[in-house]
Amino acid sequence: METTLAQHIVTDLPQVTALGIIIKAIIILAVISAIAGFGTYIERKVLAFMQRRLGPMHVGPFGLLQIAADGIKLFTKEDIIPQNANKFIFMIAPIITAATAFIALSSVPVFPDFTIPEFIPLLGGVFVPSIASDLNIGILFVLGMMAAGLYGPLLAGMSQANKWGIIGAARTAVQFLSYEVVTGLSILAPIMLVGSLSFVDFNNYQQEGVLSWMIWQQPVAFVLFLIAGFAETNRTPFDLLEHEAEVVSGYATEYSGMRWGMFFIGEYANMITISIIASIVFLGGYDSASMFGWLTIMLKIAFFFFLMLWVRAAWPHVRPDQLMWLCWKVLMPLALVNILITAIVMMV
Amino acid sequence: MYELIAFYLFSALIIGLFLVTVMSKNILYAMTSLAAGMVLISGFFFTLGADFLGVVQLIVYVGAIMALYSFAMMFFDATKDIKEKNTSSALVFLLGGMSALVLVLIFVGLNQANLAHPDAITALYPMTEGVGNAQDVGMVLFTKYLVPFEVAAVMLLVAMIAGIILAGKKMDDSLTEDLGADEEIMIVKDKK
Repeated sequence: METTLAQHIVTDLPQVTALGIIIKAIIILAVISAIAGFGTYIERKVLAFMQRRLGPMHVGPFGLLQIAADGIKLFTKEDIIPQNANKFIFMIAPIITAATAFIALSSVPVFPDFTIPEFIPLLGGVFVPSIASDLNIGILFVLGMMAAGLYGPLLAGMSQANKWGIIGAARTAVQFLSYEVVTGLSILAPIMLVGSLSFVDFNNYQQEGVLSWMIWQQPVAFVLFLIAGFAETNRTPFDLLEHEAEVVSGYATEYSGMRWGMFFIGEYANMITISIIASIVFLGGYDSASMFGWLTIMLKIAFFFFLMLWVRAAWPHVRPDQLMWLCWKVLMPLALVNILITAIVMMV
Repeated sequence: MYELIAFYLFSALIIGLFLVTVMSKNILYAMTSLAAGMVLISGFFFTLGADFLGVVQLIVYVGAIMALYSFAMMFFDATKDIKEKNTSSALVFLLGGMSALVLVLIFVGLNQANLAHPDAITALYPMTEGVGNAQDVGMVLFTKYLVPFEVAAVMLLVAMIAGIILAGKKMDDSLTEDLGADEEIMIVKDKK
């Protein structure tokens, strides 16, 4: 039933052209990169207020121009490659992180769809879709692509001939193998309820007001997915890969300039992707019927982004063995029990 | 047209990457090209319209090769070349070439047989109209291939139990806490 509804909506929309998708890809790249820069400012300000500091204050009003100053510094800083490093792998590792983060964004709905007005020369009348590539297995693709993004830190750590880097890479592998199971299993229960892997079907499943949101039916899955999402984006309390107090900077120890910046942009893009998935799967997504559906999902995404900063300010980070204990002995059994109960309820 | 370009592009890339995997003496190059080749194979599934299998290929191999990397990390220095111990390269070349030749001959033979009767080529389990990719895979997996599927599950269970038994003997001892250090501190305290 949901699939027919989705097909109905899809056939009503104007034709999606290659030009529209290219425009969409450029919009995603430009806007998400800009948000990543702005996100650093927000993060520093939020952390500062929670820790009773002022944060960036001196450059521009409220320290807003700090973003520009940081950007200029990142772009103009010398790109140092260590002498004994495996140079080729060292150079492509940050690109893997940034590229996979943006590829993952290609199949989630980012911004509402719109048609470029006719009066603009060349591009007038082109329909720009909400999802750049509307796969009907969107969720799996996004999770798989984000998992592939962990090759960035892994290769970076192994190629740089630095002991801290190797420890960071080993921690990357440990963290990946631990949380990946939880991510998949936690999101399996909502998938069973909806009976589809498409983001559009998830959105349509939750259109009858706040009470139809998935979070009320699957609270356990929601919490598990959030925890795994924090591990997936290397946020505190799971930032084992580059925890300064223990391993200098982990996989990023030897990086400088724009290559380090690419790791950063990838991390922020991944945070936004996780926020989008959590908003659509568990918090009702965008309300396609009302005028301000796009605004509600923006607010939800902003809330999850804020939650990540909030948790960073509030919690210390865990040790690697605590992470493994948490993922394998607590979260995975919980996710399995959750799936079993969901299946039994659905059968009865 | 697009499919043809995509097919040749992916084929060339995959063969090139796997050649690097076999030829390279650097563990990082070998592992990275293996991972990239496995990921690119999913491109074939996407061009064939089997999105679900493509994503499964992606997820499974990304995870599996990540585990291989951790072994590489434990046993090799990733930034140096490895001295390979190759006793008889002629034999390896001969055996490898023979198996490649046999594979090619099998496919040429099949292709010839099919070309003679083009109408005889039909899908054993054709796609069901109106359902998605994942549902189609599920239908075949839980009807025709149910027994192999369950046997594979039992195999994985056996491997898991074996792993737990092999590794689980010292499960209660913590690897991170240095118990000896604690005892030393106790001794010092006692002396005071």
